[in-house]
Formats: sequence, C-alpha cells, structure tokens
Amino acid sequence: MPSALSEPPSSTADGHVAANPRMIEVDHFSFFYGEKKALFDICMDIPEREITALIGPSGCGKSTLLRNLNRLNDLIDGVSHEGDIRLDGTSLYDPAVEVISLRKRVGMVFQKYNPFPKSIYENVVFSLRVAGRNKRSELDEVAERTLRSAALWDEVKDRLHTSAYGLSGGQQQRLCIARAIANRPQILLMDEPCAALDPIATLKIEELMLQLKREFTIVIVTHNMQQARRCSDRTGFMYMGKLVEYAETMEMFQKPKDKQTERYISGKFS
Amino acid sequence: MTDPAPTPANAPVVPAKGRAHSLLGEPKVWFCAMGLTLGLLMVIGLLSLIIVEGVSVFWPRQVLELDVKDASGKIQTVAGEIRKEQAKRDVSPDATIHHEWLFFTGNKDVTGSAFRFVDAQAIADQRMPKDIIVAERMEYGDSIFYPVSLKLADGTEIAASEGSFLAKLRAKIAEGNARRDQIHTIEADQIGEINDRVRKLEIERRKAITDDDTKLLAELDAARADVQKEYETLAAKAGELRKQMSADVLNYRLADGTARQQAVGDLLRVEHPNAMSWWEKFGVFLHNGWDFLTGAPREANTEGGIFPAIFGTFVMTLLMSVIVTPLGVIAAIYLREYARQGLLVQMVRISVNNLAGVPSIVFGVFGLGFFVYSVGGSLDRWFFSDVLPTPTFGTGGILWASLTLALLALPVVIVATEEALVAVPRGVREAAMACGASKWQSIQRIVLPSALPGILTGVVLAMARGAGEVAPLMLVGVVKLAPSLPLDFTAPFIHAERKFMHLGFHIYDLGFQSPDSEAAKPMVFATTLLLILLVVAMNVAAISLRNHLRKKYAVSTF
Repeated sequence: MPSALSEPPSSTADGHVAANPRMIEVDHFSFFYGEKKALFDICMDIPEREITALIGPSGCGKSTLLRNLNRLNDLIDGVSHEGDIRLDGTSLYDPAVEVISLRKRVGMVFQKYNPFPKSIYENVVFSLRVAGRNKRSELDEVAERTLRSAALWDEVKDRLHTSAYGLSGGQQQRLCIARAIANRPQILLMDEPCAALDPIATLKIEELMLQLKREFTIVIVTHNMQQARRCSDRTGFMYMGKLVEYAETMEMFQKPKDKQTERYISGKFS
Repeated sequence: MTDPAPTPANAPVVPAKGRAHSLLGEPKVWFCAMGLTLGLLMVIGLLSLIIVEGVSVFWPRQVLELDVKDASGKIQTVAGEIRKEQAKRDVSPDATIHHEWLFFTGNKDVTGSAFRFVDAQAIADQRMPKDIIVAERMEYGDSIFYPVSLKLADGTEIAASEGSFLAKLRAKIAEGNARRDQIHTIEADQIGEINDRVRKLEIERRKAITDDDTKLLAELDAARADVQKEYETLAAKAGELRKQMSADVLNYRLADGTARQQAVGDLLRVEHPNAMSWWEKFGVFLHNGWDFLTGAPREANTEGGIFPAIFGTFVMTLLMSVIVTPLGVIAAIYLREYARQGLLVQMVRISVNNLAGVPSIVFGVFGLGFFVYSVGGSLDRWFFSDVLPTPTFGTGGILWASLTLALLALPVVIVATEEALVAVPRGVREAAMACGASKWQSIQRIVLPSALPGILTGVVLAMARGAGEVAPLMLVGVVKLAPSLPLDFTAPFIHAERKFMHLGFHIYDLGFQSPDSEAAKPMVFATTLLLILLVVAMNVAAISLRNHLRKKYAVSTF
C-alpha cells in the first residue's frame, strides 16, 4: 500500500503501546558508489520508538546505511543499490514514493551542526515553510513547541529572530534537532550528532534523545561506545560494509557473540 | 608499531645558521613581497599621477609677465602660466642644453594658439603683476590681459583704476550668466518642445496626405501655423536676450600693448590670480571643480564640464549591471546545480571563461550587428514605422550599449556565481533536502542567500569592467556630444534609444581627437580621475551591500 507514506504519523498515546517492532526493515540491502560496493547484504529490523545505535570503525558504512534511510545518498552521482528498505511496510524505492514526502517523514541531524543562514525561528519552521505552510499562528506554535522539546526554548526565546550563528555549538546542534523534528517526522536519523561537541553539550543531547524516544524512532550513528551503551536500546556493529552483529544493547555489550564485536567494543581495534 | 629512532642528544634542533633562512623559505617570502611591492608601486604611481594632474587643473595658477628677446634682439612682452619646464638640446655643434618653458598665454583669438615655448635664456625680465586678469570666455578659451575700462550699454564708462570697477564687471558677468541660462531654457527646452510638436504634426500630415483627408489637413496646417507663431515669439525673445549679451563691452590691453574689446556677455568669470590669498584660490578651486562636475562641455569638449558624460556612464553601468546580474546568476545556477557535470558542461564552462578573452571591440561589432541592426531595426519596422527612414532603435543607443557590455561582463558574473555556489557547504544543502525541501526550494531559500556575497563580488568586478570599457561603445551608441541625457523630465522619462556620452570615450576624444591636445591634456587627467572615482563609488556601494548581506547570512567567506 504505497499511499501509507503520505499519511500523517499516527500520534497515539505515550509509551510503547503502538510500537511496531519492524518500523524500518532493511532487507538484503547492498549499496554501490559507482563500482565500489559500500554495503553488503544488510538485513536488520528497527523497532518503533526505540533508539538504535550503529557503531563501527570509520568507513565501515554506517553513515551510508543511515543516509539511505531517507535516500539522501541519491543526491550523489553514480550510486546504485540492490535489495530493499521498507518503512512501515512500504518500500522506499517504490516508484509511487516521492522522495520529498519521504524526507518529511524522516528527519535528519548531521555530524557538523549546520543551521541555515537564517534566524533561529526561520531555521525551526523551515520544513513547514517548504511544505507550503505559512500561517503565522501555526508557525509560532510549532516553533515554541519544537524548541521546548529540543530543550532550547528557555535559552533562545528572547532572540528568536537573531541569526542562528550567534548560538554556541551545542545550542546550534539542538537547533538542528529542533529543525529536524519540527514537521513531526516518524523517524529521526542522527549522524554522529555529538562528534563536534564538548562533553557537557553531548550529555544534553543524550538527555534530549531519551526524551525524544517517546515520540520518534531514532537511529543514531556514533563513534562513542559509551554513548551507544548509555542511550541505545539496540546496537548494530558494522565492519567493512557488513552488519556483523545486531542485538539488544545490554546483550551486545555484555556478551557479544562475535569475536570482532568483542574486540571492537573492548577497544582492541578501531 | 615501533617507536621512531631516538634523536641523538647532540643533534642540532635548529638548522645551522646559514641554512636556516633558506630552509624556512625566507628568500621566497622576500621574493613574493617584492612582487607585491612592485605592483603596489605601479598602482600608486599611476593613481598619484592622475590625482595630482587631475586635481591641479582646478587650482588657479600664478601669471608671469616675461620680457623675451627674440632672434633679432627685440624685446617682446608676454604674459601667461608656466605649464611645463623641459630641457632642449641645441642642434648646433656644441650641443648645449637649453631650458625652455611651455607657456600658456591664452588669447587664442589673437595669437592663434594658446601655448608657446619660451627659451629660458631669452628671458630678459620677469615679474608678477598684481592687476593682471585671467578671464574664462565662452569662446577661444581663457584670456590673460590688463583691464582698461568697462563701457556700459547706457554709455557710461568705468575706468579700471576706479575702485568699483571689478565689482561692477563681476556683477555684469553674473547678469550675463543668468541671461545665458535663460536663453538656454528658451532654446533647448521650450523650442525643443516645439520642435517635438512640429515633428509629430509632420508625421500626422504625411498620413493625412496619403489618406487624402482634406479636413484633417486643414486642421493640421492651422495647428502648424499656431506652433510657428509660438516659435517666432520665443525666437524673438531669445534674439533680444542675445543682443543684450553684447551690449556691455570690456576694453582691455594685452601684455604686449595691443588694445582689444570683448563683449561682457561672452565672459564667464574673471580672476586676479596674482592678488589672491590661499583661501581665495581655494574658493576658486572648489568653484572650478563644481563647474567641471555639473557643467556641460563647451568648445569641442576641451572646456566646460563633463556632467553628461558622468551621467551617461553611471546610467549605462547601472543598466548593464541590472541586465547582467540576473542573466549570469541564472546561467550559473543551471550550470552548477542542475546540469549533469560532464564533458559537455566542462566545455561550456571553458567557453564561458574564454569569452572573457575575446577582444572587446568584437563584442562591439556583435552589438552593432545584432542589437542595433537586427533587433533595433526590427523594432523600428514594427513600432516606429511612421518616422522611418529616421531610425529610433535602429541606431546606437544606451540600451544597446548596456546590452553589449552586459554580454561582455557575463563571464565574470557566471564564474563568480559558480564559485560562490560551490563554496556553499554541502552540509547546509543536505540539511535543506533532509527537511523535505525540493532542489529548487533549497537553492532559492538556502543556497542563493548564502552565495549572495560572492555573487555580488562578481557584480562588482563586472561593473568595474563595464564602466572602463570604451572600444565597443564607439560602435553601439556613444557620441562625442549628446544633445540630451538618457533620463529627463519629458515623457517617457527614460529614453533607452538615446545616444549618450561616456567618460571613457570622453578621455579618448579629448586626448586624441581634440584640435588642441595641449589644452585638453589637463581635462584628460581630470576626466580619468572622475571615471576612477565613479567606479570606486559604485564599487563601494556594492561592497557595503555585500558586507551587509554577509553579516546577515554569515556563512561563506569571500
């Protein structure tokens, strides 16, 4: 049922009542940059309203996998794929799926905080504006609600209309999170969101993630094993483009099944 | 992983003294600095030459009176300003070196030339008479003389020795200047407007004749007669004013004793340069400068002001920027953002870059052939056929000149815009796309605002390029003397088809096409200075706009 993608996300009660254990299904997915194969036959189910962490050494393909979940890799010339990724049962690559409406359902936060050269307010409401929603009262309401849920409202409420570049690094990254969730996506992708931040700002983002988990399905790529352990419900370890091990975080960190996973999480190689 | 071999304890940490400099690249730093210094020196030299020569034109000079011995030993008295001192090698066998002065004597109506060379050795005596006058005239350039008397229209005569003489003379000159303005209003504006009406009536009349509409013909003839009457009254008024201009006469005596007369109406200003204090001279300097900026040219452009040229340059450059900016930006957006990067796009890009190397005169030829003859000719046939064969758009004009220069400056804008687009961080674009923006939305809302400072840098460069260009303009609409400005108060206010004057062409015309190049030389410098100032002013405006935007969208660095 391809029309499912254009429906608004169901906003049921709190908790895991309507949780879908197979919100995202990655089904024998391989990905190529030109001739170079970057992902090998990945299979994983990502459950709804949980935090799923992807760990692994640099260049192992975890960002590539993440960026395929909203088809951002399509922007690169000469890419191709095999297999399929399904969102709520609908293939991302279904010809009836519009990339733009897909991206409205899948928000993304990047490694380097990248607010737009606009005011704080305009950054937050950007996704509404490009969707053609320009009603002032609605935008004001969304801006406040979103900034509150990004734990930024109290810090910026008096300077909403000043440049976003005046904020500190941690604030800018939280602004980017606010921007990503403003249009109420179902899924939030985070590509090493704390890599450019200091420990205190990192802690704030982690707290924020734990709160956002109640509403959004979060997939996070991280280099920080402690972070994966602290925040995530499930963890996938990737190596050389393959998903080596994928399990509940506690299980994975306490008794990893694979030798490579064990060596990696204990810091033996990176 | 093995540790690197330990450094011996006695190994020198700093290279030996002689080698240190070359190792650190010190000589190369000096080499680079020398390159910059050389460039700066040349620029500063050029600019200071232009500034000194251009500004000193307006400063009143001292007048010297010389007794010069000619070949036969007779003493001849001349008065004038020293313009240049130079060494001259004699042709005689001993080849002694003489000094000679280039002497500005004025009085071109008497001597035939306003300049002469004076041998420094032949000067028997020199003095600086306080009462000598330098007068600016409508014709024949400046005159340098001793006043004798002022003969007024009512017959009274005021001798130069009387205290009130100079005040009276200046009052009469002011009267004359006011009258000249009046005549100009009547002749240029009112009679010009009548000519316009006559032309329209003539067109209607021609139509009436072909339609054989006798009633309309009679009406038109009556209207024509009315206009003719109106014209005659105005012409009579102008003639009367003109006659008054020659009513008062100034008697004067040249340095060599020749007595002359001059209608006061032909005088523009009189000064006593040798009797003036520094402040008075400064006042004259400001006055001259102001006249130069705001006046219209006289006497084959060698005298008077250059306002029409400043205005023409300004309007043309502005029009060119307005045309080239959207065109260049749109082209660059397609080339960089939408076109599939490959061999074809690369070739297009190289061609655009090479377009900047095409000699500008070729653009002029293209502008003449395409814009003026093809486009302009077609416009004439479709919309202005009733005035043909007189062309309206089918001849050079400010619109065609601006379009031609826009084409010339297009590569600059395209290249700058492309670089500005490339410099927009990838992360920002991806973030916009990840927010659900379409490609065009992200370009329009995020990429373009971020690239705007860089784009404006390109526009600044294009403006500078366009404002300084002369060769193509000579083919597509620039003239030595334009009868009217491209913007004025007669409908439709913007006359894009009109020919115009341009500072760059004015420089060429003064320097190389003028009948008296020595007299025009100071004007060349002053005009050059003005052209530079105009370009600087427009660039400063664009740069401050850019800085304002950069503050607003502080993302890319240019």
